[in-house]
Amino acid sequence: MVSGEQIDSPFTIHHMSVNIQIDSISKKYADVMALNNISLSIKSGELFGFIGPDGAGKTSLFRILTSLLLPTSGKASIGEFDVVKDYKKIRQNTGYMPGRFSLYLDLTVEENLDFYASIFNTTVKENYELIKDIYVQIEPFKKRRAGDLSGGMKQKLALSCALIHSPHLIILDEPTTGVDAVSRMEFWELLKKMQKMGMTIIVSTPYMDEAALCDRVALMQNGNLLAVDTPNNIVKSYKGSLFAVKAYNMHKLLDDLGSLGDTSQVFRFGETIHITSTINDDKVYMESVNKQLIDKGYKDISIHKVNPVIEDCFLSLMDKDVE
Amino acid sequence: MLNRAKIIEVENLVKKFGSFTANDNLTFDVYKGEIFGFLGANGAGKTSAIRILCGLSPPTSGKAIVAGYDVAKYPNKVKANIGYMSQKFSLYNDMTVKENFRFYGGIYGLSKKQIVDKTNYFLEKLEMEKTRNVVLSEIPLGWKQKLAFSVAIIHDPKVVFLDEPTGGVDPITRRQFWEMIYENADKGTTVFVTTHYMDEAEYCERVSIMSEGKIEALDTPANLKSTYGVNSMNDVFIKIARG
Repeated sequence: MVSGEQIDSPFTIHHMSVNIQIDSISKKYADVMALNNISLSIKSGELFGFIGPDGAGKTSLFRILTSLLLPTSGKASIGEFDVVKDYKKIRQNTGYMPGRFSLYLDLTVEENLDFYASIFNTTVKENYELIKDIYVQIEPFKKRRAGDLSGGMKQKLALSCALIHSPHLIILDEPTTGVDAVSRMEFWELLKKMQKMGMTIIVSTPYMDEAALCDRVALMQNGNLLAVDTPNNIVKSYKGSLFAVKAYNMHKLLDDLGSLGDTSQVFRFGETIHITSTINDDKVYMESVNKQLIDKGYKDISIHKVNPVIEDCFLSLMDKDVE
Repeated sequence: MLNRAKIIEVENLVKKFGSFTANDNLTFDVYKGEIFGFLGANGAGKTSAIRILCGLSPPTSGKAIVAGYDVAKYPNKVKANIGYMSQKFSLYNDMTVKENFRFYGGIYGLSKKQIVDKTNYFLEKLEMEKTRNVVLSEIPLGWKQKLAFSVAIIHDPKVVFLDEPTGGVDPITRRQFWEMIYENADKGTTVFVTTHYMDEAEYCERVSIMSEGKIEALDTPANLKSTYGVNSMNDVFIKIARG
């Protein structure tokens, strides 16, 4: 059987179902609820994103899923394995790339990779196809110590090491934090490729725009799930009509838009300010905003309706969470 | 722009590490009260340039004048007249909020009274009076970053360098942080900022984009977008960084 997919990625992983079930997981550190009764399931083969700022609980959840941290309460399983009882099986079948670079700084690129392969009773040669696309980019530096690599190269080495035992599931904690826009784009192309090879991928990010690249996402804040759905459905469920406003003197405009009636949300958004109408008639709303701004002496006013993006939704859900 | 005072003047600045050229002939000015975005891919040479402008590393050749002082000749004068904060290193986690203010105020040579006044001023402004005696490690990241910015400007520097100040911060706090930046720029403080959030590039008055040690583009966000014929700073960045 030859399919198009197999042609562009000849290496496919033997299929093993790694449906992930997270059931009422809580994690408490002293007085802080890092995770507050989280339940959700992730399907085998999904590219699933946890989107949220620092302190949302993403890392705690990932450490529980990789068997590195015990939950205070609740259960989680990957495929048939429980993350607490079957920790050995979990570790054999899961790749984990922590947020902080955790390889040996005084070993070379090659030595790090050999070391991780040998820990899992395998060799670099055996799984070379799997890491080839990533590893070729750092192979010219294979004799360099990991501590002397640039940020981007460290990231590629860490990913190679996390993949070297051919895991069915890979969990990546903020792989793109502090990474420039171009390298981030390339990294996501890589993740899509890995998914095509049959891997299940769980990834976290503080960059809201990366949510659109996942099959489904969980928006997280302060240990709580704000929403779990496809990026498309999250955007569709945005309450109210969203408009982008622009005028001369954006800074003052933000204050003035803040005091508008019939408006639920006002946030600076790149070169425009996004405002959300609470009335049904878009035309009436736009005319009213326009008139109020003219009365205040604004020039070059532009108002047009826009589709919300994940960050608009996150801001709106955060607002509710605070209330 | 022409009648505004120059706070940073860089001319033919070169920095080499062995045979590697980290900064290749940079020339640009930054003005009083300007919010200047300093962008570039990882490894483009941003950090090296910032270290020179902060008086931490001498240029190999060329000239940089920051807050009125030549960085090569008077690095300590430069340090006294600038503020600096980064996501990675900002405040001491094992000291309280008040102690952090006192420590940095002391380093910059403020009097006891000035330190007390400044601490009160910032805590009231941030609505964080209650955190005065809280150890920093117990404070959420977003609050910490606002505190770090306040501490960085405790000595009223002419220019403040912000190195990825909003990395990992939630979207509401990120916007509040930018409000603080605007407010201080309005008061005349020059803000020199790096970020990987391309929407934040839109918030800058002018933006420079570095690639392989050179400044490839420098203009207002609106002009950059029209020059490159794209709709967002993200696309401008990708065009330049991908060559």
